[in-house]
Amino acid sequence: MVSAPLIAIEDLTVDFANGPHVSRAVDGIALQLAPAEALGIVGESGSGKSVTWLAALGLLPGKAAVRGSVRLDGRELVGAPPRELEAVRGKRIAMIFQDPSSCLNPVHRIGWQLGEALRLHRGLDRRAADAEALRLLDQVGIADARRRLGDYPHQLSGGLNQRVMIAMALAGQPDLLVADEPTTALDATIQAQILDLLRAVRRDTGMAMVLISHDLGVVAENVDRVAVMYAGRLVEEAPGQELFARPRHPYTQGLLAALPELTGRRRRLAAIPGTVPEPGSLPAGCRFAPRCPAADHRCAIEAPPIQSVAVHHRTNCHRQIEPGFSVWSLPKAAE
Amino acid sequence: MLLFAASRLFRALLTILFVMTFAFFVLRASGDPALLILSVDAPPEALAAFRKAWGLDQPIWQQYLAYIGHALTGDFGKSMRDGRPAIDLVMERVPATLAITLPALALKLGIGIPAGIYAALHRNTFADRMTMALSVAGFTMPSFVLALLLVLIFSVTLGWLPASGNDSPVNAILPIITLGTAGAAIMARFTRSAMQEVLGQPFVRAASAKGLSWRRVISHHALPNAAIPTVTIIGFMVGSLVAGAVVVESVFAWPGIGRLLVSAVANRDLAVVQALLMVIAFWMVMANLAVDLAYGWLDPRVRSARAGGH
Ligand SMILES: Nc1ncnc2c1ncn2[C@@H]1O[C@H](COP(=O)(O)OP(=O)(O)O)[C@@H](O)[C@H]1O
Ligand SMILES: [Mg+2]
Repeated sequence: MVSAPLIAIEDLTVDFANGPHVSRAVDGIALQLAPAEALGIVGESGSGKSVTWLAALGLLPGKAAVRGSVRLDGRELVGAPPRELEAVRGKRIAMIFQDPSSCLNPVHRIGWQLGEALRLHRGLDRRAADAEALRLLDQVGIADARRRLGDYPHQLSGGLNQRVMIAMALAGQPDLLVADEPTTALDATIQAQILDLLRAVRRDTGMAMVLISHDLGVVAENVDRVAVMYAGRLVEEAPGQELFARPRHPYTQGLLAALPELTGRRRRLAAIPGTVPEPGSLPAGCRFAPRCPAADHRCAIEAPPIQSVAVHHRTNCHRQIEPGFSVWSLPKAAE
Repeated sequence: MLLFAASRLFRALLTILFVMTFAFFVLRASGDPALLILSVDAPPEALAAFRKAWGLDQPIWQQYLAYIGHALTGDFGKSMRDGRPAIDLVMERVPATLAITLPALALKLGIGIPAGIYAALHRNTFADRMTMALSVAGFTMPSFVLALLLVLIFSVTLGWLPASGNDSPVNAILPIITLGTAGAAIMARFTRSAMQEVLGQPFVRAASAKGLSWRRVISHHALPNAAIPTVTIIGFMVGSLVAGAVVVESVFAWPGIGRLLVSAVANRDLAVVQALLMVIAFWMVMANLAVDLAYGWLDPRVRSARAGGH
């Protein structure tokens, strides 16, 4: 990375206390993000994508123990006092979530909720906040904005509510927007509109974005770089083009194989057999080994380190899979 | 909304009519007041005269129509014991009952709500467990047991407070505490679970992600939502302001509605029992109406559904 990173995550670990048991939901993640860059985070549900970014913003409940380092412009966020974190949230880093309709407060009007953010981050008085709220709703493509300000969230569709959430995120003029599965709860056409909106907003504001999704297809056309997570670990990271053209980790290859072909005829969807292990029962060694067609005895006992395989391309796999070769075309070994 | 209010009001009136009708027939089916008031060995002429005087010799449906007809003009009959208008007997007892149930309500809400919020915000801490243990103790103990316990401690042993009567405001203290304790315990549990439920909602996390202080997230985002489910239980408590102290009034010899009810039933004073039930029903129905309106006021989703015309 040439420029100084906007945000640098170093060895981030999150443990949840479950009574006497501790489950490690995120295990030693390292990631960097440059200003204005768009980073995709991909992995099946339960991989630790959300927890990583909630931990970065200090939004996890008290039973979560967060260790490691998250630096925003060099300032440490892990363990920072509440006041400092509050000054970062919404103002430097905004976050939007999966289910927009339940992320808005049901008893407050849209205008009130937008105004709250505007007063907080921009110190606007009521009048100015009203005008700015109107402008923001316009910016996120909500027709009839004035009427919408007086509406409650339940009067809006999921897609409109997500637009409102985006408008609210823009209220603080943040440097980074973390969009955690922003389209997962929406149907396909609305999903495309929201992704278009995010692209337009980034073009207009120049803010960086982290786009979290379990769907590589959602991330594909919207980010510069992709990080793939599996069971709390980063398994592969590369610029988008590179990752899609030459995926090196069997997990990434599996996710790609499960995608419908973007152009031309559709391919049979072959989801990766098996499921993500629970943080309470993680396999020793490579966490993907039990589901990996290329796993050998070493994978079962020794955790692979993350290493560079090409420029800006890192992966953690013992098998050193050659570019262009997919493990999913191997005949399944006899059990 | 107007349609909604009108339909609710109509239902309220119907409920009151139902209670009056029910009370009328059950009371008449369950024994002859003439025998009870004049005693079984009264001469038959006296019994006949008594029945005639109170209209008890008429066919029951005629008695009923007369009762309802008079009720519509505000006449609820006279006490068979002292001949005074039944409604007056009832209404003059209301202040005494409210004198203990209103402060008790304040205690229930004033202690129960903050305790519940505190417990929810400090989940699984020692303070939370203490609060909840006290609350279980508070609402599992029958009120007469608590009343006797309080009397034993504060009147008999310590001699600080009078055990019964109503000759000074100090007399009200033990009845108020007795009534307030169980209610505060229920309120605390209810508030805690309502608050806990809300704190787990995505919009609370989203409000934090916005950059709001935890204080503001609680006060402006969590509390207004947690208030919605507590309306039911508060409405129930308001509804029992008039009739909720029967046991406590009896234990402490407090001259309120509850004691009047006990004695009027024992004496088969028909008009008084009917008037009592009518007043109690009226108050409960009004409380219910208030709950319905409060829902609309607190929850915009309910408001929309009603504006939709149901
Ligand atoms: N509040 C929590 N308490 C306990 N475990 C949690 C909590 N939040 C998340 N987890 C666990 O952490 C793991 C990662 O979750 P998450 O980051 O939400 O996955 P995803 O990649 O789907 O966003 C999951 O196994 C989940 O069960
Ligand atoms: Mg998630």
